[in-house]
Amino acid sequence: MAQQRDAAIVGIYEYPSRYDPDVSAIQIKAKSIQAALNDAGLEWGDIDALYDAQDGEGGGGLGLSAYLGIKPTVIDTTQVGGSSYEFQANHAMRDIAAGKASVAVLSYGSKAATLRTPIGTGGATSSGSWQANMEAPYGQTLIANYAMVAQRHMHEYGTTSEQLAEISVATRYHAMRNPDAVKAMNDLQFVGVNEITIQDVMESRVIADPLHLLECCMVSDGGGALIIASKDVVKDTKKSPVWLIGSGEATKYRENGGDITTSAGAQGAPIAFAEAGVTPDQMDVAMIYDSFSITVAVMLEDLGFVKKGEVGDWITGGRLKFDQPGGPALNTDGGGLSSNHPGMRGIFLLLESARQLRGESTSQAADAKLAVAHGNGGLLGGNHTGGTTILAAD
Amino acid sequence: MSKRPMPQFFEPDTQAFWDATKNEQLTYQQCSACNEVVFTPRAHCTKCGGSDLEQKVSKGEGTVYTFSVVRQNRNPSFADLGAYALAYIDLDEGFRMLSNVVGIANPLEDVSVGQRVKVTFEKQDEGEYLLPLFEPI
Repeated sequence: MAQQRDAAIVGIYEYPSRYDPDVSAIQIKAKSIQAALNDAGLEWGDIDALYDAQDGEGGGGLGLSAYLGIKPTVIDTTQVGGSSYEFQANHAMRDIAAGKASVAVLSYGSKAATLRTPIGTGGATSSGSWQANMEAPYGQTLIANYAMVAQRHMHEYGTTSEQLAEISVATRYHAMRNPDAVKAMNDLQFVGVNEITIQDVMESRVIADPLHLLECCMVSDGGGALIIASKDVVKDTKKSPVWLIGSGEATKYRENGGDITTSAGAQGAPIAFAEAGVTPDQMDVAMIYDSFSITVAVMLEDLGFVKKGEVGDWITGGRLKFDQPGGPALNTDGGGLSSNHPGMRGIFLLLESARQLRGESTSQAADAKLAVAHGNGGLLGGNHTGGTTILAAD
Repeated sequence: MSKRPMPQFFEPDTQAFWDATKNEQLTYQQCSACNEVVFTPRAHCTKCGGSDLEQKVSKGEGTVYTFSVVRQNRNPSFADLGAYALAYIDLDEGFRMLSNVVGIANPLEDVSVGQRVKVTFEKQDEGEYLLPLFEPI
Protein backbone atom coordinates (compact mmCIF):
# COMPACT_ATOMS: atom_id res chain seq x y z
CA MET A 1 0.00 0.00 0.00
CA ALA A 2 1.36 3.41 -0.90
CA GLN A 3 1.81 5.68 2.09
CA GLN A 4 -0.92 8.33 2.34
CA ARG A 5 -0.31 11.82 3.73
CA ASP A 6 -3.82 13.22 4.14
CA ALA A 7 -3.74 14.51 7.73
CA ALA A 8 -1.10 16.08 9.94
CA ILE A 9 -0.65 17.31 13.48
CA VAL A 10 -0.34 21.07 13.07
CA GLY A 11 -0.82 22.39 16.61
CA ILE A 12 0.24 21.03 19.98
CA TYR A 13 0.13 22.08 23.61
CA GLU A 14 0.94 20.27 26.83
CA TYR A 15 -0.45 21.94 29.94
CA PRO A 16 2.73 22.70 31.89
CA SER A 17 1.57 22.31 35.49
CA ARG A 18 1.23 18.86 37.09
CA TYR A 19 -0.25 20.25 40.30
CA ASP A 20 -2.73 23.06 39.87
CA PRO A 21 -5.49 23.29 42.49
CA ASP A 22 -6.84 26.53 40.99
CA VAL A 23 -8.11 25.21 37.67
CA SER A 24 -10.74 22.67 36.62
CA ALA A 25 -10.13 19.78 34.25
CA ILE A 26 -12.39 21.26 31.59
CA GLN A 27 -10.53 24.58 31.89
CA ILE A 28 -7.29 22.70 31.26
CA LYS A 29 -8.89 21.31 28.09
CA ALA A 30 -10.12 24.71 26.86
CA LYS A 31 -6.85 26.52 27.66
CA SER A 32 -4.91 23.77 25.89
CA ILE A 33 -7.12 23.90 22.80
CA GLN A 34 -6.66 27.65 22.63
CA ALA A 35 -2.88 27.30 22.91
CA ALA A 36 -2.71 24.47 20.35
CA LEU A 37 -4.75 26.51 17.87
CA ASN A 38 -2.35 29.39 18.43
CA ASP A 39 0.61 27.04 17.84
CA ALA A 40 -0.98 26.09 14.52
CA GLY A 41 -2.00 29.61 13.53
CA LEU A 42 -5.66 28.59 13.39
CA GLU A 43 -8.77 30.15 14.90
CA TRP A 44 -11.40 28.91 17.37
CA GLY A 45 -13.98 28.95 14.58
CA ASP A 46 -11.87 26.74 12.33
CA ILE A 47 -12.63 23.61 14.38
CA ASP A 48 -15.05 21.34 12.54
CA ALA A 49 -14.33 18.00 14.21
CA LEU A 50 -14.29 17.24 17.95
CA TYR A 51 -12.77 14.12 19.51
CA ASP A 52 -13.29 13.67 23.22
CA ALA A 53 -12.66 10.91 25.75
CA GLN A 54 -15.49 12.19 27.96
CA ASP A 55 -13.00 13.41 30.54
CA GLY A 56 -13.25 16.58 32.57
CA GLU A 57 -16.32 17.98 34.27
CA GLY A 58 -19.19 18.06 31.79
CA GLY A 59 -17.09 16.79 28.90
CA GLY A 60 -18.18 14.54 26.09
CA GLY A 61 -19.16 15.31 22.54
CA LEU A 62 -22.06 17.52 23.51
CA GLY A 63 -20.79 18.90 26.79
CA LEU A 64 -17.43 20.01 25.45
CA SER A 65 -18.98 21.51 22.29
CA ALA A 66 -21.31 23.55 24.46
CA TYR A 67 -18.54 24.62 26.85
CA LEU A 68 -16.22 25.66 24.05
CA GLY A 69 -19.04 27.26 22.08
CA ILE A 70 -18.37 25.42 18.83
CA LYS A 71 -20.60 23.44 16.46
CA PRO A 72 -18.48 20.64 15.01
CA THR A 73 -19.93 18.37 12.30
CA VAL A 74 -17.82 15.34 13.22
CA ILE A 75 -18.12 14.22 16.86
CA ASP A 76 -16.21 11.18 18.15
CA THR A 77 -16.31 10.23 21.82
CA THR A 78 -14.10 7.14 21.77
CA GLN A 79 -13.19 6.27 25.34
CA VAL A 80 -10.71 3.41 25.65
CA GLY A 81 -8.74 4.56 28.67
CA GLY A 82 -5.19 5.73 28.17
CA SER A 83 -5.17 4.74 24.51
CA SER A 84 -8.18 6.94 23.68
CA TYR A 85 -6.00 9.56 21.99
CA GLU A 86 -4.27 7.17 19.61
CA PHE A 87 -7.69 5.81 18.66
CA GLN A 88 -9.01 9.36 18.21
CA ALA A 89 -6.00 10.49 16.16
CA ASN A 90 -6.51 7.43 13.97
CA HIS A 91 -10.17 8.29 13.56
CA ALA A 92 -9.35 11.92 12.78
CA MET A 93 -6.92 10.73 10.13
CA ARG A 94 -9.69 8.61 8.56
CA ASP A 95 -12.33 11.32 8.84
CA ILE A 96 -10.04 13.88 7.23
CA ALA A 97 -9.01 11.47 4.46
CA ALA A 98 -12.70 10.86 3.79
CA GLY A 99 -13.31 14.58 3.43
CA LYS A 100 -15.60 14.79 6.46
CA ALA A 101 -13.35 17.06 8.51
CA SER A 102 -10.60 19.61 8.00
CA VAL A 103 -9.58 20.82 11.49
CA ALA A 104 -9.87 18.22 14.25
CA VAL A 105 -9.23 18.85 17.93
CA LEU A 106 -8.32 16.34 20.66
CA SER A 107 -8.01 17.44 24.27
CA TYR A 108 -7.42 16.15 27.77
CA GLY A 109 -7.72 17.53 31.26
CA SER A 110 -7.38 15.82 34.64
CA LYS A 111 -7.04 16.75 38.30
CA ALA A 112 -5.80 13.39 39.53
CA ALA A 113 -3.07 14.88 41.75
CA THR A 114 -5.22 17.58 43.37
CA LEU A 115 -8.03 15.09 43.97
CA ARG A 116 -5.55 12.45 45.18
CA THR A 117 -7.18 9.88 42.90
CA PRO A 118 -5.85 6.43 43.89
CA ILE A 119 -5.33 5.22 40.32
CA GLY A 120 -2.76 2.53 40.93
CA THR A 121 -3.44 1.36 44.46
CA GLY A 122 -7.14 2.03 44.94
CA GLY A 123 -8.31 -1.50 44.35
CA ALA A 124 -11.49 -2.39 42.58
CA THR A 125 -14.85 -1.70 44.09
CA SER A 126 -17.87 -3.85 43.42
CA SER A 127 -19.91 -2.05 40.80
CA GLY A 128 -22.19 -4.99 40.21
CA SER A 129 -21.10 -5.59 36.63
CA TRP A 130 -20.54 -9.12 35.29
CA GLN A 131 -16.81 -8.64 35.58
CA ALA A 132 -16.59 -6.67 38.83
CA ASN A 133 -18.69 -9.34 40.51
CA MET A 134 -16.01 -11.91 39.68
CA GLU A 135 -12.96 -9.78 40.47
CA ALA A 136 -13.70 -7.13 43.10
CA PRO A 137 -13.50 -9.55 46.06
CA TYR A 138 -9.87 -10.35 45.36
CA GLY A 139 -8.20 -6.98 45.90
CA GLN A 140 -6.66 -6.54 42.49
CA THR A 141 -5.01 -3.13 42.40
CA LEU A 142 -4.16 -1.75 38.98
CA ILE A 143 -0.46 -2.09 39.76
CA ALA A 144 -0.89 -5.71 40.85
CA ASN A 145 -2.57 -6.53 37.55
CA TYR A 146 0.44 -5.22 35.60
CA ALA A 147 2.75 -6.89 38.10
CA MET A 148 1.20 -10.26 37.21
CA VAL A 149 2.28 -9.67 33.61
CA ALA A 150 5.83 -8.94 34.79
CA GLN A 151 5.86 -12.05 36.95
CA ARG A 152 4.83 -14.28 34.05
CA HIS A 153 7.28 -12.57 31.66
CA MET A 154 10.08 -13.25 34.12
CA HIS A 155 8.96 -16.86 34.54
CA GLU A 156 8.72 -17.61 30.82
CA TYR A 157 11.66 -15.68 29.47
CA GLY A 158 14.03 -15.08 32.37
CA THR A 159 13.49 -11.32 32.26
CA THR A 160 14.87 -9.61 35.39
CA SER A 161 13.91 -6.57 37.45
CA GLU A 162 17.32 -5.10 36.63
CA GLN A 163 16.47 -5.31 32.93
CA LEU A 164 13.05 -3.70 33.39
CA ALA A 165 14.75 -0.96 35.43
CA GLU A 166 16.55 0.15 32.25
CA ILE A 167 13.20 1.64 31.17
CA SER A 168 12.89 3.71 34.35
CA VAL A 169 16.51 4.84 34.08
CA ALA A 170 16.23 5.97 30.42
CA THR A 171 12.94 7.73 31.09
CA ARG A 172 14.32 9.68 34.06
CA TYR A 173 17.39 10.57 31.98
CA HIS A 174 15.02 12.28 29.55
CA ALA A 175 12.88 13.82 32.29
CA MET A 176 15.88 15.60 33.80
CA ARG A 177 16.33 17.41 30.47
CA ASN A 178 12.68 18.55 30.39
CA PRO A 179 12.09 21.56 32.68
CA ASP A 180 8.34 20.79 32.94
CA ALA A 181 9.13 17.25 34.07
CA VAL A 182 11.64 18.47 36.65
CA LYS A 183 9.05 20.90 37.99
CA ALA A 184 6.46 18.11 38.02
CA MET A 185 8.68 15.84 40.11
CA ASN A 186 9.41 18.69 42.51
CA ASP A 187 5.75 19.74 42.77
CA LEU A 188 4.69 16.13 43.37
CA GLN A 189 7.39 15.74 46.01
CA PHE A 190 9.46 13.01 44.39
CA VAL A 191 12.31 11.82 46.59
CA GLY A 192 15.48 12.52 44.63
CA VAL A 193 14.78 14.62 41.54
CA ASN A 194 17.87 13.46 39.69
CA GLU A 195 19.03 10.87 37.22
CA ILE A 196 18.65 7.37 38.65
CA THR A 197 20.51 4.07 38.37
CA ILE A 198 19.34 0.50 38.08
CA GLN A 199 20.38 0.13 41.71
CA ASP A 200 18.11 3.04 42.70
CA VAL A 201 15.15 1.29 41.07
CA MET A 202 15.96 -2.01 42.76
CA GLU A 203 16.24 -0.33 46.15
CA SER A 204 12.91 1.52 45.86
CA ARG A 205 10.12 -0.18 47.75
CA VAL A 206 8.03 -2.90 46.16
CA ILE A 207 4.41 -1.86 45.58
CA ALA A 208 3.21 -5.16 44.09
CA ASP A 209 5.76 -7.88 43.39
CA PRO A 210 7.81 -7.67 41.27
CA LEU A 211 7.18 -3.96 40.54
CA HIS A 212 9.09 -1.31 42.51
CA LEU A 213 7.99 2.27 43.16
CA LEU A 214 10.38 3.62 40.50
CA GLU A 215 8.77 1.32 37.92
CA CYS A 216 5.37 2.98 38.50
CA CYS A 217 4.07 6.17 36.90
CA MET A 218 3.29 9.31 38.84
CA VAL A 219 -0.23 10.59 39.51
CA SER A 220 -0.39 14.19 38.27
CA ASP A 221 -2.77 16.90 37.22
CA GLY A 222 -2.43 17.86 33.60
CA GLY A 223 -3.69 17.74 30.09
CA GLY A 224 -3.14 19.11 26.66
CA ALA A 225 -4.52 19.39 23.17
CA LEU A 226 -3.58 18.74 19.61
CA ILE A 227 -4.92 19.91 16.29
CA ILE A 228 -4.98 17.59 13.29
CA ALA A 229 -5.65 19.19 9.92
CA SER A 230 -6.18 18.22 6.30
CA LYS A 231 -3.43 18.69 3.76
CA ASP A 232 -5.24 21.71 2.37
CA VAL A 233 -5.27 23.43 5.78
CA VAL A 234 -1.64 22.41 6.40
CA LYS A 235 -0.45 24.81 3.69
CA ASP A 236 -1.37 27.79 5.90
CA THR A 237 -0.27 26.61 9.34
CA LYS A 238 2.71 28.03 11.21
CA LYS A 239 4.86 25.02 12.05
CA SER A 240 6.16 22.07 10.09
CA PRO A 241 3.36 19.47 9.83
CA VAL A 242 3.74 16.02 11.40
CA TRP A 243 1.95 13.52 9.18
CA LEU A 244 -0.18 10.64 10.44
CA ILE A 245 0.73 7.73 8.20
CA GLY A 246 -0.45 4.56 9.93
CA SER A 247 -3.09 3.46 12.42
CA GLY A 248 -3.92 0.30 14.32
CA GLU A 249 -6.43 -0.62 17.00
CA ALA A 250 -7.03 -3.78 18.98
CA THR A 251 -8.42 -5.26 22.19
CA LYS A 252 -7.22 -8.00 24.53
CA TYR A 253 -8.69 -9.52 27.68
CA ARG A 254 -8.31 -12.41 30.07
CA GLU A 255 -8.78 -15.59 28.09
CA ASN A 256 -8.78 -19.18 29.22
CA GLY A 257 -5.30 -20.46 28.39
CA GLY A 258 -4.29 -17.09 26.94
CA ASP A 259 -0.79 -15.58 26.92
CA ILE A 260 -0.71 -12.67 29.35
CA THR A 261 2.75 -11.60 28.12
CA THR A 262 1.32 -10.58 24.73
CA SER A 263 -0.77 -7.41 24.55
CA ALA A 264 -3.35 -5.99 22.17
CA GLY A 265 -0.45 -4.22 20.45
CA ALA A 266 0.59 -7.48 18.81
CA GLN A 267 -2.67 -7.44 16.84
CA GLY A 268 -2.97 -3.73 16.07
CA ALA A 269 0.60 -2.55 15.54
CA PRO A 270 1.35 -4.66 12.44
CA ILE A 271 -1.72 -3.14 10.81
CA ALA A 272 -0.36 0.35 11.50
CA PHE A 273 3.15 -0.39 10.23
CA ALA A 274 1.77 -2.04 7.08
CA GLU A 275 -0.47 0.94 6.36
CA ALA A 276 2.47 3.30 6.79
CA GLY A 277 4.78 1.14 4.70
CA VAL A 278 7.53 1.34 7.33
CA THR A 279 9.09 -1.07 9.81
CA PRO A 280 9.79 -0.82 13.54
CA ASP A 281 13.57 -0.72 13.01
CA GLN A 282 13.11 2.52 11.03
CA MET A 283 11.59 4.30 14.03
CA ASP A 284 13.75 7.08 15.45
CA VAL A 285 11.41 7.59 18.39
CA ALA A 286 9.10 5.26 20.33
CA MET A 287 6.50 6.91 22.51
CA ILE A 288 5.11 3.94 24.42
CA TYR A 289 2.63 4.20 27.27
CA ASP A 290 4.81 3.80 30.37
CA SER A 291 2.26 3.24 33.07
CA PHE A 292 4.83 0.78 34.40
CA SER A 293 8.17 -0.60 33.24
CA ILE A 294 6.57 -3.87 32.16
CA THR A 295 4.11 -2.06 29.89
CA VAL A 296 6.96 -0.70 27.78
CA ALA A 297 8.83 -4.02 27.78
CA VAL A 298 5.81 -5.91 26.47
CA MET A 299 5.03 -3.21 23.88
CA LEU A 300 8.57 -3.13 22.52
CA GLU A 301 8.10 -6.80 21.74
CA ASP A 302 4.53 -6.53 20.46
CA LEU A 303 5.32 -3.53 18.24
CA GLY A 304 8.03 -5.63 16.61
CA PHE A 305 11.21 -3.93 17.86
CA VAL A 306 12.40 -7.25 19.28
CA LYS A 307 11.11 -10.83 19.39
CA LYS A 308 8.76 -11.92 22.16
CA GLY A 309 10.74 -12.80 25.26
CA GLU A 310 13.98 -11.10 24.21
CA VAL A 311 13.33 -7.54 25.38
CA GLY A 312 15.37 -7.96 28.57
CA ASP A 313 18.70 -8.47 26.84
CA TRP A 314 17.76 -6.01 24.10
CA ILE A 315 17.20 -3.02 26.40
CA THR A 316 20.22 -3.73 28.59
CA GLY A 317 22.96 -1.11 28.26
CA GLY A 318 20.93 2.04 27.68
CA ARG A 319 19.90 1.93 24.00
CA LEU A 320 16.58 3.63 24.84
CA LYS A 321 18.32 6.93 25.77
CA PHE A 322 17.99 9.57 23.07
CA ASP A 323 21.74 10.02 22.65
CA GLN A 324 22.75 6.35 22.63
CA PRO A 325 23.20 4.10 19.58
CA GLY A 326 20.72 1.36 18.78
CA GLY A 327 17.52 3.19 19.56
CA PRO A 328 14.69 3.86 19.45
CA ALA A 329 14.70 6.95 21.69
CA LEU A 330 12.02 6.07 24.25
CA ASN A 331 9.61 8.48 25.92
CA THR A 332 11.88 11.47 25.46
CA ASP A 333 9.62 13.82 27.43
CA GLY A 334 10.24 11.83 30.60
CA GLY A 335 7.19 9.62 30.22
CA GLY A 336 4.48 8.80 32.67
CA LEU A 337 7.15 7.52 35.02
CA SER A 338 8.86 10.90 35.39
CA SER A 339 6.96 13.69 33.60
CA ASN A 340 3.19 13.45 33.26
CA HIS A 341 0.54 10.88 34.11
CA PRO A 342 -2.87 12.29 35.04
CA GLY A 343 -4.59 8.95 34.27
CA MET A 344 -4.84 8.78 30.47
CA ARG A 345 -1.40 9.48 29.07
CA GLY A 346 -2.13 8.72 25.42
CA ILE A 347 -2.27 12.35 24.29
CA PHE A 348 1.26 13.04 25.53
CA LEU A 349 2.60 10.22 23.34
CA LEU A 350 1.32 12.13 20.30
CA LEU A 351 2.46 15.52 21.58
CA GLU A 352 6.05 14.41 22.18
CA SER A 353 6.11 12.50 18.87
CA ALA A 354 5.18 15.77 17.18
CA ARG A 355 7.84 17.71 19.12
CA GLN A 356 10.47 15.17 18.05
CA LEU A 357 9.46 15.27 14.40
CA ARG A 358 9.51 19.09 14.49
CA GLY A 359 12.93 19.05 16.18
CA GLU A 360 11.58 20.66 19.37
CA SER A 361 12.18 17.99 22.04
CA THR A 362 14.32 18.64 25.10
CA SER A 363 15.89 15.21 24.42
CA GLN A 364 15.98 15.57 20.66
CA ALA A 365 16.78 12.39 18.71
CA ALA A 366 19.22 13.21 15.91
CA ASP A 367 17.49 13.80 12.56
CA ALA A 368 14.22 12.25 13.73
CA LYS A 369 12.00 11.37 10.76
CA LEU A 370 9.67 8.64 12.06
CA ALA A 371 7.94 7.96 15.36
CA VAL A 372 5.46 5.49 16.74
CA ALA A 373 2.98 6.37 19.48
CA HIS A 374 1.44 3.35 21.18
CA GLY A 375 -1.18 3.79 23.85
CA ASN A 376 -2.46 1.16 26.22
CA GLY A 377 -5.83 1.51 27.90
CA GLY A 378 -7.23 -0.54 30.74
CA LEU A 379 -5.34 -3.36 32.45
CA LEU A 380 -2.38 -4.96 30.67
CA GLY A 381 -3.05 -8.28 32.43
CA GLY A 382 -6.80 -8.03 31.94
CA ASN A 383 -9.09 -6.09 29.62
CA HIS A 384 -7.13 -3.60 27.60
CA THR A 385 -6.87 -1.77 24.30
CA GLY A 386 -3.87 -0.98 22.16
CA GLY A 387 -3.84 2.03 19.85
CA THR A 388 -0.95 2.57 17.46
CA THR A 389 -0.26 5.72 15.46
CA ILE A 390 2.74 6.07 13.12
CA LEU A 391 3.96 9.62 12.49
CA ALA A 392 6.35 11.11 9.95
CA ALA A 393 8.21 14.41 9.67
CA ASP A 394 7.33 16.62 6.71
CA MET B 1 -14.02 -13.82 57.92
CA SER B 2 -13.43 -10.65 56.00
CA LYS B 3 -14.94 -7.40 54.80
CA ARG B 4 -14.14 -7.76 51.13
CA PRO B 5 -16.35 -6.15 48.48
CA MET B 6 -18.73 -8.90 47.43
CA PRO B 7 -20.83 -9.30 44.27
CA GLN B 8 -23.90 -7.17 43.86
CA PHE B 9 -27.14 -8.29 42.27
CA PHE B 10 -29.33 -7.94 40.14
CA GLU B 11 -26.67 -9.16 37.69
CA PRO B 12 -27.83 -12.29 35.89
CA ASP B 13 -24.56 -13.51 34.34
CA THR B 14 -22.77 -14.47 37.55
CA GLN B 15 -25.74 -15.19 39.83
CA ALA B 16 -25.59 -18.97 39.33
CA PHE B 17 -21.83 -19.03 39.98
CA TRP B 18 -22.27 -17.27 43.31
CA ASP B 19 -25.32 -19.34 44.27
CA ALA B 20 -23.19 -22.48 43.82
CA THR B 21 -20.57 -21.15 46.23
CA LYS B 22 -23.13 -21.50 49.02
CA ASN B 23 -22.73 -25.27 48.52
CA GLU B 24 -18.94 -24.94 48.27
CA GLN B 25 -19.05 -25.61 44.55
CA LEU B 26 -16.76 -23.87 42.05
CA THR B 27 -18.58 -23.79 38.72
CA TYR B 28 -17.83 -22.97 35.11
CA GLN B 29 -19.81 -23.19 31.88
CA GLN B 30 -19.47 -25.33 28.79
CA CYS B 31 -21.19 -24.67 25.48
CA SER B 32 -23.51 -27.51 24.45
CA ALA B 33 -23.03 -26.68 20.77
CA CYS B 34 -19.24 -26.34 20.46
CA ASN B 35 -17.90 -27.61 23.81
CA GLU B 36 -16.05 -24.35 24.49
CA VAL B 37 -15.30 -23.76 28.17
CA VAL B 38 -16.73 -20.35 29.10
CA PHE B 39 -15.49 -18.31 32.06
CA THR B 40 -16.25 -15.83 33.54
CA PRO B 41 -19.90 -16.88 33.37
CA ARG B 42 -22.26 -15.27 30.93
CA ALA B 43 -25.36 -16.06 28.89
CA HIS B 44 -23.67 -16.80 25.57
CA CYS B 45 -20.74 -18.83 24.29
CA THR B 46 -17.73 -16.60 23.56
CA LYS B 47 -16.63 -18.87 20.71
CA CYS B 48 -19.81 -19.62 18.74
CA GLY B 49 -22.36 -17.23 20.21
CA GLY B 50 -24.62 -20.08 21.24
CA SER B 51 -26.89 -19.61 24.22
CA ASP B 52 -27.14 -23.19 25.49
CA LEU B 53 -24.54 -23.27 28.26
CA GLU B 54 -24.26 -26.01 30.86
CA GLN B 55 -23.11 -25.08 34.36
CA LYS B 56 -20.55 -27.64 35.51
CA VAL B 57 -18.82 -28.21 38.83
CA SER B 58 -15.04 -27.97 38.80
CA LYS B 59 -12.85 -30.28 40.87
CA GLY B 60 -11.33 -27.04 42.08
CA GLU B 61 -7.75 -28.02 41.33
CA GLY B 62 -5.42 -25.97 39.19
CA THR B 63 -2.10 -24.26 38.68
CA VAL B 64 -0.89 -20.74 39.47
CA TYR B 65 -0.45 -19.09 36.04
CA THR B 66 0.94 -15.86 37.50
CA PHE B 67 0.69 -13.87 40.71
CA SER B 68 1.63 -10.68 42.51
CA VAL B 69 1.98 -10.01 46.21
CA VAL B 70 0.06 -6.81 46.85
CA ARG B 71 1.93 -4.64 49.36
CA GLN B 72 -0.24 -1.53 49.10
CA ASN B 73 -4.00 -1.24 48.61
CA ARG B 74 -5.74 1.92 49.71
CA ASN B 75 -9.14 0.20 49.65
CA PRO B 76 -9.93 -0.21 53.39
CA SER B 77 -11.60 -3.58 52.71
CA PHE B 78 -8.17 -5.15 52.39
CA ALA B 79 -6.41 -3.31 55.23
CA ASP B 80 -6.49 -6.31 57.57
CA LEU B 81 -4.91 -8.73 55.13
CA GLY B 82 -1.35 -7.37 55.16
CA ALA B 83 0.59 -8.43 52.07
CA TYR B 84 -1.54 -10.87 50.11
CA ALA B 85 -1.13 -12.94 46.96
CA LEU B 86 -3.30 -12.11 43.97
CA ALA B 87 -3.18 -14.76 41.26
CA TYR B 88 -4.60 -16.06 38.03
CA ILE B 89 -5.39 -19.74 38.56
CA ASP B 90 -5.64 -22.08 35.56
CA LEU B 91 -8.19 -24.69 36.60
CA ASP B 92 -7.70 -28.19 35.24
CA GLU B 93 -11.01 -28.01 33.34
CA GLY B 94 -9.54 -25.23 31.20
CA PHE B 95 -10.66 -21.94 32.69
CA ARG B 96 -8.64 -19.09 34.17
CA MET B 97 -9.85 -17.33 37.29
CA LEU B 98 -8.65 -14.37 39.33
CA SER B 99 -8.33 -15.25 43.02
CA ASN B 100 -5.99 -15.22 45.99
CA VAL B 101 -3.56 -17.87 47.20
CA VAL B 102 -4.08 -18.31 50.94
CA GLY B 103 -3.23 -20.82 53.65
CA ILE B 104 0.45 -20.02 53.48
CA ALA B 105 2.82 -18.65 56.10
CA ASN B 106 4.47 -16.00 53.94
CA PRO B 107 3.07 -14.92 50.57
CA LEU B 108 6.45 -13.44 49.64
CA GLU B 109 8.06 -16.87 49.73
CA ASP B 110 5.33 -19.47 49.50
CA VAL B 111 3.70 -18.73 46.14
CA SER B 112 5.19 -19.58 42.73
CA VAL B 113 4.20 -19.78 39.09
CA GLY B 114 3.28 -23.38 38.29
CA GLN B 115 2.30 -24.17 41.88
CA ARG B 116 -0.55 -26.67 42.28
CA VAL B 117 -3.50 -25.31 44.27
CA LYS B 118 -7.00 -26.34 45.34
CA VAL B 119 -10.07 -24.25 46.00
CA THR B 120 -11.18 -23.42 49.53
CA PHE B 121 -14.29 -21.43 50.45
CA GLU B 122 -14.16 -18.51 52.88
CA LYS B 123 -17.18 -17.30 54.80
CA GLN B 124 -17.70 -13.55 54.72
CA ASP B 125 -18.74 -11.15 57.50
CA GLU B 126 -21.87 -10.31 55.60
CA GLY B 127 -24.00 -11.94 52.95
CA GLU B 128 -24.74 -15.48 51.99
CA TYR B 129 -22.02 -16.17 49.42
CA LEU B 130 -18.76 -17.95 50.13
CA LEU B 131 -15.59 -16.68 48.48
CA PRO B 132 -13.56 -19.19 46.44
CA LEU B 133 -9.86 -18.88 47.31
CA PHE B 134 -6.98 -21.26 46.62
CA GLU B 135 -4.41 -22.94 48.83
CA PRO B 136 -1.41 -25.09 47.95
CA ILE B 137 -2.14 -28.82 47.53
